[in-house]
Amino acid sequence: MLPMRVAKRQEPLGYWGSCVVLSVALLLSLLLSAGMLAIRGTPPLEGILTLFRGAFGSPWALEDSILKAIPIYLCALGVAVAFRLKIWNIGAEGQFALGAIGATWVALSFPDWPKFALLPAMAAMACLCGGFWGLIPALLRQKFRANEIIVTLMLNYVAILFLDYLVYGVWKDPASFGFPMTPVFTDGAIVGKIGTSSINWGLAHCILLGLVIWVFFRFTRLGFEVKASGDNVRAARYAGLPYNRLVVLVLVISGALAGWAGFLEASATVHRLQPSIMVGYGYTAIVVAWLARLNPLAIGFAALLLAGLRVGVESLQLDLQVPAAFGGIIEGLVLLTVLAGGLFTHYRLVWRRPG
Amino acid sequence: MTFEILILLLAAAVQSGTPILYATLGEIFTEKSGVLNLGVEGTMILGALAGFVTARLTGSPLLGFFLAGVVGSLATSIHGVVCLIFQGNQVVSGLALTILGLGLANYLGTGYVGLSAPGFDPLPLPGLAAIPLLGPIFFRHDILVYCSYILVPLIWLFFTRTRLGLALRAVGEYPAAATAAGLSVAAHRWLGVLVGGFLMGLGGAYLSLAYTHLWTSNLTAGRGWIAVALVIFAFWRPGRAVFGAYLFGGIMALQLRLQATGTQVPSSILLMLPYLLTVLVLVFSSWRRGSGEAPAALGINEEPVD
Repeated sequence: MLPMRVAKRQEPLGYWGSCVVLSVALLLSLLLSAGMLAIRGTPPLEGILTLFRGAFGSPWALEDSILKAIPIYLCALGVAVAFRLKIWNIGAEGQFALGAIGATWVALSFPDWPKFALLPAMAAMACLCGGFWGLIPALLRQKFRANEIIVTLMLNYVAILFLDYLVYGVWKDPASFGFPMTPVFTDGAIVGKIGTSSINWGLAHCILLGLVIWVFFRFTRLGFEVKASGDNVRAARYAGLPYNRLVVLVLVISGALAGWAGFLEASATVHRLQPSIMVGYGYTAIVVAWLARLNPLAIGFAALLLAGLRVGVESLQLDLQVPAAFGGIIEGLVLLTVLAGGLFTHYRLVWRRPG
Repeated sequence: MTFEILILLLAAAVQSGTPILYATLGEIFTEKSGVLNLGVEGTMILGALAGFVTARLTGSPLLGFFLAGVVGSLATSIHGVVCLIFQGNQVVSGLALTILGLGLANYLGTGYVGLSAPGFDPLPLPGLAAIPLLGPIFFRHDILVYCSYILVPLIWLFFTRTRLGLALRAVGEYPAAATAAGLSVAAHRWLGVLVGGFLMGLGGAYLSLAYTHLWTSNLTAGRGWIAVALVIFAFWRPGRAVFGAYLFGGIMALQLRLQATGTQVPSSILLMLPYLLTVLVLVFSSWRRGSGEAPAALGINEEPVD
């Protein structure tokens, strides 16, 4: 017999209690990650310090973290919209790819358009393509009851291979010496930087879109319907809420947001389409959304944290020769510990009384 | 001539379908107990690495194969801890396990990329291998393929003819009734999670020890996810899982052959085939039967009792 048992709380854990649980969970995952470093002979303390110094230790590092947080934020925002309805959209990665492809198509087709026309057209096309990639699993779920987890995941592979097909084939830059990439975008197709910083205006897009999603859930009837249906599908159906249409809605919004992230990554970060933009932001987004409990503001902080870890892992790689896959270990551990910590929202541990 | 090519292709389908078959059987085992484990992909690749490293260090592929199963169980025990003890969401926990498993395998396997290990070689079964048509397709493989032939009826017998198997199903269908009948829901689900993980680990080891004989990063390439889809296609029945696995093995083998013949179709389009087929198969099986065949309590945690 274990010396402790769980007992139901009278009331769910409050705000500060949740913060404590979250901190303990994050600390535990960090500790386990340090152990993983030790396994391969990297000094754990030095490794963790390098990780955080690399992520947030200098203005340059912080800017890099913010740059990576932009696409992660938008993908996570999208994922969170679907998760609200308990629709498991694992397809942000593919929707991101489709968004990048759509934006690139516009950029390459109308290179002479002025910026004020070209950028909105690229964003719109990215949303359309990403949304379309979200519409497929929604319709398959609605018409054939096909499980959206598997469909969205399979479509990730298809989207990435489609991107490969384009940049290795029809869209390949003749001047790229055989490298798989499209020609560089014209000036009009590039989202610029804010002032003299290296951060692009995508940050403003994030804030704006985050506000829109917050307003959607807080003040609109449709947003309320999504939340209510997510909390209790059967009750919502009984109340006459159009559950199937809501599924389509959230998956399209979800896909459109990830698509927007793809547009920013192609336009603001690499200025072209190339396979190297697919680094798994769509999967990190799932960790971020869950960590932030689907709250748009909290997603901002979680996205910055996870983006920082990605940047930190790059310095680990450079300074201490730690393989890049270490990033996946931290992300997995963070998600698992936070998930386990969720028990304490509704339960507490009590000592077993002897006898 | 074309007939011989067809036989070769079908034999290749059995071979490349086998790792998926092991993983699918593992997920069926887990889901029957009412636990949804989406960590198949991560579990498989950890098994693949464990099998590979063991075989390389000890020279014994058989020991590698076994240890891959043990590591598979260890991996899914994480899912067990999070979902069965801490009541975490099963969907998210499985995803986390996949992220962790892929990261861990690629992290620990960095030094082994491109190296080879002693693996399993084809061992034609005397007598059976000589049967026309069936012999070359089914009986000229390695021993792990034959193991999977035995495993399928064994699992079927376990779930239909043994007390423990029925108890496991009861826990997955109607945990409240199972509890009332004196069965421990948690214990049976642990069994489902651990045995399932063992089989997933074996599937991974098949990839590194029999299919490629070498270690590369991202060796599993989505096979774990295909297995999750195949469970639905198989209506949670081991026998049907065989058809599904060989269908996918077939399409993977076909795609490799097509690439080798230098067709006009770009390789990225050919590589899409298994993933598109997964969607197609999933849609078809969900449409015909719906989710009516799924264990009724799949994915739902039991409230801990005081």
